Amino acid sequence: MRMRRYSLIAIAAAAVAVAAVAAWHLTPMPGGGEEASTQAPVKIGGPFEMTAHTGESVTERSFDGKFRLIFFGYTFCPDVCPTTLNSVALTLDALGDNAAAVQALFITVDPARDTPEVLAEYTAAFHPDILGLSGSPEQTTAIAKSYKAYFARVEDGDNDPEAYLMDHTVFIYLMGRDGEFLSLFSYPADPQDMATKIAAFLNRTTS
Amino acid sequence: MKRQIIATAFFLAAVVCGPVLADEVTAGDLTLQQAWARASIGTAKAGAAYLTIVNNGDEVDRLLAVATPAAKVTQLHTNLMKDGLMKMRRVEALEVAPGEPAVLRPGGLHIMLMGLKAPLREGKVFTLLLTFEKAGRVEVPVRIEAPAAMEPSPDSAVRGDHVQGS
Repeated sequence: MRMRRYSLIAIAAAAVAVAAVAAWHLTPMPGGGEEASTQAPVKIGGPFEMTAHTGESVTERSFDGKFRLIFFGYTFCPDVCPTTLNSVALTLDALGDNAAAVQALFITVDPARDTPEVLAEYTAAFHPDILGLSGSPEQTTAIAKSYKAYFARVEDGDNDPEAYLMDHTVFIYLMGRDGEFLSLFSYPADPQDMATKIAAFLNRTTS
Repeated sequence: MKRQIIATAFFLAAVVCGPVLADEVTAGDLTLQQAWARASIGTAKAGAAYLTIVNNGDEVDRLLAVATPAAKVTQLHTNLMKDGLMKMRRVEALEVAPGEPAVLRPGGLHIMLMGLKAPLREGKVFTLLLTFEKAGRVEVPVRIEAPAAMEPSPDSAVRGDHVQGS
């Protein structure tokens, strides 16, 4: 297993960036933890262009007015990704009626294998309301970058070239109705905890 | 010869004593418990299997290889996570020390099945072949649970028929 030098730097940079955001969010804010200040050290989120598993093109504007629960992974990942998708599915269920205000988005870091059709079948196994997003390599790189999400193909010479693995960050991002970053959940994310926190954000905003 | 006697005894015991014993397989000093896998999804070509290995003897044993007729390539993998970055890496051999069971579970050590010959369907069973340094080769039946199951279901019956190819 070899990792090229720039990959290590990229990992370190991404990890530091995400860890910084996570630390910032986990640090108690003066005044009882009210809405985060606008002086974020790191910007998370932003415009994107992807293809939904329904086949239609979507951008970040497609989800205006809804909270988004965003996470990255791939379908050849038999262990971590099903666990995360299941956590999100259970979170949506725990939200009850509030789930209608939240759009869960599963973004593949492996569009070569994860076509919209593959994603549609995959997400359906967990929850009908999880939408899979796939894109060109450039679109995938761009959306991952805007979420400071790192991913890389693992080169393992022994394996079948169709059987490659992907390293990827496993955070779940909660974005608000305008697409603004609200919070981050780490792996393994507890569904009840996520539902409670999301509901708190939902109740805070007036509809 | 000894292994065949054990295998035959296990088979007879399983048949006579019912489904509970099918959840545990003994090989030498090792007990292999509750082997289970997640059902695959659609045309997904990768799967994961888990089990617990207990060493009741005095000496460390090592799991050297895993194989199954249900997949083209089977490898032991673990998840390494640092600062939110998850890496799955192959593990060449797994030590099982006396008194320290090796527990393969979601998020940690797992047996990765690549190139599934047929989808793994919930409720069915396939065979996993494990090769240990000391205990030798042992076959365990693997129960297929839901695609996102986090643990084997408490119902310990080996149910359903075998997956094609196993």
